[in-house]
Amino acid sequence: MKKLGQLTILILIAAIVWGYFKPHSDQVAMSIEKLVLTGSSTVAPLVAEIGKRFESLHPNVRVDVQTGGSSRGVTDTRTGLANIGMISRALKKNETDLLSFTIALDGISIIINQSNPVSSLSKQQIIDIYTGKIINWHDVGGNNAPITVVNKAEGRSTLELFLHHFELTNTQVKPHVVIGDNQQGIKTVSGNPNAIAYVSIGAGEYEAEHNIPIKLLPLDGIGASVSNVHNRSFPLSRPLNLITSKQPGGIAKTFIEFARSVQVNDLIEAQYFVPIAN
Amino acid sequence: MSAAVILLILIFLLNESLSIFQHVSVSRFINDASWHPQQGLYNITPMLSATILSTVGALILATPLGIASALFSYFYAPKFLATWYRRLIELLAGIPSVVYGLWGLTTLAPLIAQLHPPGVSLLTAILILSLMVLPTVALTVEAAIAAVPASYLQGAMALGLSRWTSIKCIILPAAHSGITSGILLATGRAIGETMAVLMVAGNVVQHPHSLFDSVRTLTANIALEMAYAMGDHRAALFVSGLVLMIMVLLLVFMAAFFKRKPAYV
Amino acid sequence: MSKINFATLLIWLVAIVITTVFVFILAEIIVYGLSGLSWSFLVEPPQNAGRSGGIGPIIISTGLILFVAIATAAPLGLATAVLLTEFTPQDSRFGFFVERSIDILAGIPSIVFGLFGNAFFCLYLGLGFSILSGGLTLACMVLPILIRTATEGFRAVPNDYRLAASALGLTRSAALIHLLLPTATPALVAGLLLGIGRAGAETAALIFTSGYVDRMPDSLFDSGRALSIHIYDLSMNVAGGDANANSTALVLIIILFLINSTSISLANQWMHKRVISS
Repeated sequence: MKKLGQLTILILIAAIVWGYFKPHSDQVAMSIEKLVLTGSSTVAPLVAEIGKRFESLHPNVRVDVQTGGSSRGVTDTRTGLANIGMISRALKKNETDLLSFTIALDGISIIINQSNPVSSLSKQQIIDIYTGKIINWHDVGGNNAPITVVNKAEGRSTLELFLHHFELTNTQVKPHVVIGDNQQGIKTVSGNPNAIAYVSIGAGEYEAEHNIPIKLLPLDGIGASVSNVHNRSFPLSRPLNLITSKQPGGIAKTFIEFARSVQVNDLIEAQYFVPIAN
Repeated sequence: MSAAVILLILIFLLNESLSIFQHVSVSRFINDASWHPQQGLYNITPMLSATILSTVGALILATPLGIASALFSYFYAPKFLATWYRRLIELLAGIPSVVYGLWGLTTLAPLIAQLHPPGVSLLTAILILSLMVLPTVALTVEAAIAAVPASYLQGAMALGLSRWTSIKCIILPAAHSGITSGILLATGRAIGETMAVLMVAGNVVQHPHSLFDSVRTLTANIALEMAYAMGDHRAALFVSGLVLMIMVLLLVFMAAFFKRKPAYV
Repeated sequence: MSKINFATLLIWLVAIVITTVFVFILAEIIVYGLSGLSWSFLVEPPQNAGRSGGIGPIIISTGLILFVAIATAAPLGLATAVLLTEFTPQDSRFGFFVERSIDILAGIPSIVFGLFGNAFFCLYLGLGFSILSGGLTLACMVLPILIRTATEGFRAVPNDYRLAASALGLTRSAALIHLLLPTATPALVAGLLLGIGRAGAETAALIFTSGYVDRMPDSLFDSGRALSIHIYDLSMNVAGGDANANSTALVLIIILFLINSTSISLANQWMHKRVISS
């Protein structure tokens, strides 16, 4: 046991040393260009994958993706810490100094547990549930059980879009649980048969198709699915944007064009977002 | 050097927080209607009570369990079992907080939800925190007990004292300095725990009226909102960071006040 | 007689309960994560936002971050502990304040370290998102644990040893190296263990300092994703990432376990060589 442990440590150290020196010799000849992107954690996994494909086509480029939230993307783009920012919404009125380039679309859907007999909710019912006027599933055609309302944390684009669509302010919402990222919401709803939440359609549809016990409710009669966001019929959708502080040039321009081209459509669909190029 | 680091951190926190104090007075952090920074409301007291309650709860659970654990592996267990038990505890000291949080969210919370919704609550946070802090207490207490000179135990046995009595009256007091530092470390860890609590406490900003209410600790709040906060909101979060530091400061000075010199000289 | 039996019973009960809970948690991780483990998982880079492929570069990054952290904190910590116990009088105000500041440092939340690390190492010192920034931030976090347990270890060495050394004419440093250090080793090792455990499991402090990039790092100045961040991202942010999150968690736990066991056996070896117990 002890010898195994010592051997492992030796191997680890050897691997680290080897890992260091091998790639170095390849790169001495080429000069490396770096592209730094920061911002929304929803967009980050997608852009990281696009970045990897971009790197394979342009071997002297490094695309570094960092998360931190849409607001961070805005701040870092303005201060120059990032070459390009990522945000999961459109630019706001006080962000006219920035330029945005949409690379994909996403929607926001209400989700409930699969065992919940309720199959749809009207706009007013959703508003009443979230403001605490309706507190039992019984009142909307479900079981006699208290509703567990799940809301997103302040500052997140998903929350802002949700509030905007239902014309609410955050103080009016009376949640029982507040979550951070999409998966936390999905896990909360799948673990609690009486919970209700709203998440990105991409994430929701993926999980529902992979046997996680949640279901997506239609909004205003339109089913919540990636295809309905694609044909623009779904009422609550949002753009996923790359932003810059000035007209992009050089490698940034090439990257943005690449991200908006059909060459990455399969990557976008793999993340269950809607591509915009066709 | 560590004092230098602390000073640096303090200065940094103060600097970031000051901007908000220019137009929001300190009392508003206590008296505002609620915590809704986007609408200019900055009451942090519900989160303060959440942090305090969850830490105290976790300590109440973890301290006796941790000490009992250490006693078990050092005195009560047969040699073979003791080694494996100790290995288990060490293994658990190394499990990342995200894993505990994940387990809490996917297994513990649904269980508690069946007892009383919503499942993610103060109770869940306390349970997960005590799990996380237990190895810290157990390991440091065991190190402290191991450091008590063998002559003490031999002396007790020579005097005819029973195992429990010699533990209670001689070993534990002799090791109390190490035990206290173990508890202090555990408290520090519990106050500062961010990720796991974020996943299991529910994160609703409210004073808990029961163990089953969802709460948000100061740390979870910073983690949840920092990335998305700008301007005043961001400064308000730094203020809560300052509050955390002050809490720890107070705790530390209190503990120092009660700590006596080592029992042996 | 009955009092002893009660105490024994209680302590055994505690041990059994704790063992059961922990084995339960471990079993879940093993069951969900074992199927994803393979040699290729350990060496290949992640693909498809981490849902497939492996975690090779991430392991390397984590190793480097830990290395930087321990290499920085261990000597500093040991030196401070020696200073406090051997060269500072019991009642000095200097000693008092240094000890208090260590306790305070130990209590600062990891997220605050993350913010501090970001502002100081990444921005002010210009290291950017890098393994160095992450490692140094973790060093700050781990320092108090190392110092605390080291001081306890030194304090617990009976004064007789020091008196005997001085009576034999040993210089203070000789006494330190040949007598006190070996005797205090179990405590030092315990501290190192806790430190590594805390550092290896750290997430919040690294998101803002060593970053999100999951490529194999070329140098310490590159951004590198740590295992804990990968686990968090896969389970909380990427739809369908749970399986690999569990496998990654399993890998991390195994690595930490191996490090722990090796440290203990090393410490025991060292102690047997140097000190004859009384």
